[in-house]
Amino acid sequence: MPLYSSLSEKQELIRKGNLSLTVNVRDFLSRIEQIKDVNAFLAVFPEKSVESAIEIEKKIISGKHGKLAGLVVGVKDVLALKNEIMTCGSAILQNFSPVYDATSVRKLIEEDAIIIGKTNCDEFAMGSSNENSAYGNVKNPYDHSKVPGGSSGGSAVAVSAGLCDAALGTDTGGSVRQPASFCGILGLKPTYGAVSRYGLTSFASSFDSVGVFANSIEDIFAIHDVIKGFDELDSTSVVSENSYCHDESRPLRIGIPVEYFDEGLATEIRHSAERIIERLKELGQTIIEVSLPNMRFAIPAYYILTTAEASSNLSRYDGVRFGLRTEKDGLLSSLYADTRSGGFGREVKRRIMLGTYVLSKGYYDAYYQKAQKVRRIIREDFLHVFNEVDLLLTPTTPTTAFNIGEKSENPLEMYLSDIYTTSVNLAGLPALNFPAGKDQNGLPFGLQFIAPYFCEDLLIKAVQLLNSDS
Amino acid sequence: MSVTPEDVIKIASLAKLKIDESEISQYTSELNKILDYMKTLDEIDTSSVKPLLNPLEGINAFREDKKKESLPREEALKNAPATDGEYFLVPKVVKGKN
Repeated sequence: MPLYSSLSEKQELIRKGNLSLTVNVRDFLSRIEQIKDVNAFLAVFPEKSVESAIEIEKKIISGKHGKLAGLVVGVKDVLALKNEIMTCGSAILQNFSPVYDATSVRKLIEEDAIIIGKTNCDEFAMGSSNENSAYGNVKNPYDHSKVPGGSSGGSAVAVSAGLCDAALGTDTGGSVRQPASFCGILGLKPTYGAVSRYGLTSFASSFDSVGVFANSIEDIFAIHDVIKGFDELDSTSVVSENSYCHDESRPLRIGIPVEYFDEGLATEIRHSAERIIERLKELGQTIIEVSLPNMRFAIPAYYILTTAEASSNLSRYDGVRFGLRTEKDGLLSSLYADTRSGGFGREVKRRIMLGTYVLSKGYYDAYYQKAQKVRRIIREDFLHVFNEVDLLLTPTTPTTAFNIGEKSENPLEMYLSDIYTTSVNLAGLPALNFPAGKDQNGLPFGLQFIAPYFCEDLLIKAVQLLNSDS
Repeated sequence: MSVTPEDVIKIASLAKLKIDESEISQYTSELNKILDYMKTLDEIDTSSVKPLLNPLEGINAFREDKKKESLPREEALKNAPATDGEYFLVPKVVKGKN
């Protein structure tokens, strides 16, 4: 059992001499080794993390330390850590060594967090089950025959199985929230632009966001608070204003969008949501039924736009400047194609093909531009309901974790597992998955709160309310 | 507007991907299945809607047009499969003497 339930408790224990950070890091390292078969980590840094632990422990005891001192963190392998191989779960980057740190990672290190390793993920963050990693599946710690969710499966498992305190992930269409739901932990997807994407390997640039996994709500927001903010190296990052959306003087108005509680939702998840809604009412909050009438268009619009952006972003893997090169016949034109065909996995190639198709002459208006228009309609739906409510409460996933192999041969069915998460990314809103129960087989599931732009504080408030005893 | 095997060959060539015979039929059927589902979007009227390119549209990102420090050449070349120490090397694309 962990000795602490949040970072501030951990720091207090270290300060009082009741916990050795070095021993703590060594415990994590041996646990990583012990349950290696879940395949959560692609790289572990034993020497460096122990060295940092020794140094940071001194800082904590001296009272002069960074905000995240002693926090042991796993980082999804699409975020750059200088001079440590970053594969992005792809064979095409098997030897790629970043020449700079991602801004989010740099900020963690500057605040004295310890990076213990790089976590496994779907190739280039494309997937919902972590079955698309060139370095093998990640297994759900609750049941090794189940997927952990994706694409940030390794990060979710690392936190859920006690292999580190917290982890960074990325959420383009649910890749933090869905694995957080399947692994029974908290997972925050911030507002688009709240956290710099510098050093995050681009998948779909107008959707990608850097999110956080942890077991404590306090830690989620301590980490988000550190990594957020404008970065001149990412022109889509936004000047950080401390945004407080919560009005203490009145109860929260929580909207329940009817469209999310359709026939596709597992009964146990529905019942849990109903219980939580009752609890919120008992706590004096206002529950309002609302409608997001165009939600059924979210998945098609999402997959058109993200595959289009991906096909463009992934054109950089050409065997010239970095990554794998496959040269067979001495011709430049076949060098590109041989490198890409051998280096990318099935799902990545499928998405590149789809994205190239929807952007190609004759189909651009019918698919790509149509989807951009639908994106606006979906965002308007959210903005409209946020005139009436402070937050939305919805399921995160329609079911608990599915079997490894169950959907891997059926891309469309896999895409549909993102049904409750992608609309948030189309609109660019912040959302937080929190554990909400387990099904009859003991598999966890979560629900998500969705907030208006930059109102991450409302997400904390709502989860803290539910955690409160009174 | 369904995808034909010829379309698949053309898209693969645009995307610089090599695909073999068996993959052509597989991609044709997969892409058709997915695109059929995408046709759901035809049910929504977007005639008076402007495309949304970025969820935070309207926030501008001007900066001073000033030169900033960039990666040193050796760093930038560090991950390249082939260089001459100054440039990326690729197979020769023009005919002529060596």
